[in-house]
Amino acid sequence: MKFHTFLIKYGEIGIKGKNRYIFEDALVKQIRFALKEAGGEFAVYKSQARVYVDCEGDYDYEEVVECLKRVFGIVGICPVIRVEDTGFENLAAAVVAYMNEAYPDKQLTFKVEARRAKKSYPKNSMEINCDLGGAILEAFPDIRVDVHNPDVLLHVEVREQIYIYSKIIPGPGGMPVGTNGKAMLLLSGGIDSPVAGYMIAKRGVAIEATYFHAPPYTSERARQKVIDLAKLVSKYAGPIKLKIVNFTDIQLYIYDQCPHDELTIIMRRYMMKIAERFARESGCLGLITGESIGQVASQTMQSLAATNDVCDLPVYRPLIGFDKQEIVEVAQRINTFETSIQPFEDCCTIFVAKHPVTKPNIERIRRSETHLREKIDELFEAAVSSVETITVY
Amino acid sequence: MEVYLDNSATTRSYDSVQKIVSRVMCEDYGNPSSMHRKGVEAEKYIKDAKEIIAKSLKVQEKEIFFTSGGTESDNLALIGTARANRRAGRHLITTSIEHPAILNTMRYLEEEEGFRVTYLPVDRYGRLKLGALREALCRETILVSIMYVNNEMGAVQPVEEAAEIVKSYNPGIVFHVDAIQGFGKYNIYPKRTGIDLLSISGHKIHGPKGTGALYISGGVKIRPIVFGGQQQKNIRSGTENVPGIAGLGMAVKESYTNLDEKVAGMRELKDIMIAGIGELPNAVIHGYTDEKSAPHIVSVGVAGIRSEVLLHALEDQGIYVSSGSACASNHPGVSGVLKGIGAGREFLDATIRFSMSEFTTREEIDYTLETLYNCVLTLRKYTRH
Repeated sequence: MKFHTFLIKYGEIGIKGKNRYIFEDALVKQIRFALKEAGGEFAVYKSQARVYVDCEGDYDYEEVVECLKRVFGIVGICPVIRVEDTGFENLAAAVVAYMNEAYPDKQLTFKVEARRAKKSYPKNSMEINCDLGGAILEAFPDIRVDVHNPDVLLHVEVREQIYIYSKIIPGPGGMPVGTNGKAMLLLSGGIDSPVAGYMIAKRGVAIEATYFHAPPYTSERARQKVIDLAKLVSKYAGPIKLKIVNFTDIQLYIYDQCPHDELTIIMRRYMMKIAERFARESGCLGLITGESIGQVASQTMQSLAATNDVCDLPVYRPLIGFDKQEIVEVAQRINTFETSIQPFEDCCTIFVAKHPVTKPNIERIRRSETHLREKIDELFEAAVSSVETITVY
Repeated sequence: MEVYLDNSATTRSYDSVQKIVSRVMCEDYGNPSSMHRKGVEAEKYIKDAKEIIAKSLKVQEKEIFFTSGGTESDNLALIGTARANRRAGRHLITTSIEHPAILNTMRYLEEEEGFRVTYLPVDRYGRLKLGALREALCRETILVSIMYVNNEMGAVQPVEEAAEIVKSYNPGIVFHVDAIQGFGKYNIYPKRTGIDLLSISGHKIHGPKGTGALYISGGVKIRPIVFGGQQQKNIRSGTENVPGIAGLGMAVKESYTNLDEKVAGMRELKDIMIAGIGELPNAVIHGYTDEKSAPHIVSVGVAGIRSEVLLHALEDQGIYVSSGSACASNHPGVSGVLKGIGAGREFLDATIRFSMSEFTTREEIDYTLETLYNCVLTLRKYTRH
């Protein structure tokens, strides 16, 4: 069966009152972006509180559905058959043909739900319901009508053309990216941070990302892995500006000056500071991390408090209550897992002390950091000013 | 300065190789099996390459079979002879320091096809213990496979002595040599030595990647492992990779031109490296440093610096090396070969390999030693605790 249109259902954005057009426009924009990956010509437009994707010419059904399933804000994707209005007889024939092809097994109940947008159509919606239902019953003796709880709800919408659909493919939900500002993701090469970025993007937030690399302690491949991860997240979140910061000098300086069991915490505090600087420069309204309480020494409540201490922007940690397995499940679903588990060192694992502090005391950490006074500002500025920015999509 | 010292991983092609490959691809692109002139032209390249390789080994042209590289040559040699000779016995022998192309194929034969495999130990210099070979041979033994030069540390294996031992025990045992790191550096004459099968690879000797050959001595029973159009006497089906084969032939020809001179040059540079590394505190060179090691490979353990870190630090200065063996080094972990020679724990994940080629210069080695010295000093300050 060749579908001519996809009708896009969006849940939450329907209720946003006078702001609704903002959400709808963002949705249309995101759908257009997502469909760039699919071959074919598509017209995406909104009409009467709905969004439609018209497929002109040839396209790959599976491919298009896959693309649409990645657009936040979409609750359901309905593949639609479009027919010209050439009289009711022909419409009835088309509907019967549709039912025949879409449901090979006719042991089912159905209900016709007509909607007459084009008021000049000779039958009103009740009459259309009745007459089309009759035609279907006549064509397939096994089929029954159930108006309360039908197996198949057959929609027939009369516009300039007539739209027929009955199936709903679930979308990812959430809100269209770009409707809720922008945030800065601290992206490592691990499993968690891409998932964190995905989850915040799902709420309509555009994403930028910062990655800290530490050559020669981390390799070109580790860097490429992070770029690949950003690319995978961008399939959902749209284009991502990725900032790659050379963190080696800061890391070595901390190593020289501070107690080794506090290295990780102090290092993370500087990462947050650098990410926050970039966030402010590019108008981000918050930071995003993949932290989850207690997962590692640097993610205990005390450690989180210690890293949080350096930021003024809110830090969003969407995975905070997740177990590792739950995070892995999302990572697999959004296809970042395979990339995340490639075995390249990231800069957090290079200098880990055998027994890092698990309950850092903020006062003590601050005291340790006073040993960095002499050069840290200079190194900080050097790292920030030598940042490499690439846009991935 | 850019210094490529990872020639045991792969090499830059000779210009002449690039020219002949491109000529075959764009002008003489026929299928050697075609009846028309285009096919005959293409076939000529294969004949020429065969002739060059056969000459370099002093064997007959009909004993050369082209493959997709060292790994396939090794697979065909082991699986093909094991299957063809299984009625004579089910025991295979190899060493514990072979390349994964041998070790994993042996493991497959062991686990999936019911062969018994003995993995011979090596001494602390990475050389096969001949006594162990003598003890391992039995009436069931049908195949012995020993590498010519170990790829991780460059130890030259006592292939002649091993062949002697095998053949005097039972001339019917097939003797395979993986010569991927040795071919192009040594004159290897299978017929004189008692080698029945010999694997070679193109891209280790300035030829194209995806090319290789297996020498199969006339009398050896072997079965194909890929099936198709029955090319190459049905031992290796598939339209011949004519550009690759032509490139491989050219690379062999060039490699063996002035071989002694080139090898002497590499040996000289290697001696300079060894002397220089001797001045590094807490560093060792694995294996032999004299004639019993290959002229182009130097394996260095630097205590306290993980190989990956030192590798990237050198890379920053334009010097390209390997950690352990490039073929296995995508998987961080400890080298089985280093464990096999009983290297100290501090060197297991702290060893890098320099491998030279005929293009390596004195200036490059001097620069490398100086850079290595500086990197080691800096990096040693930041070791993990």
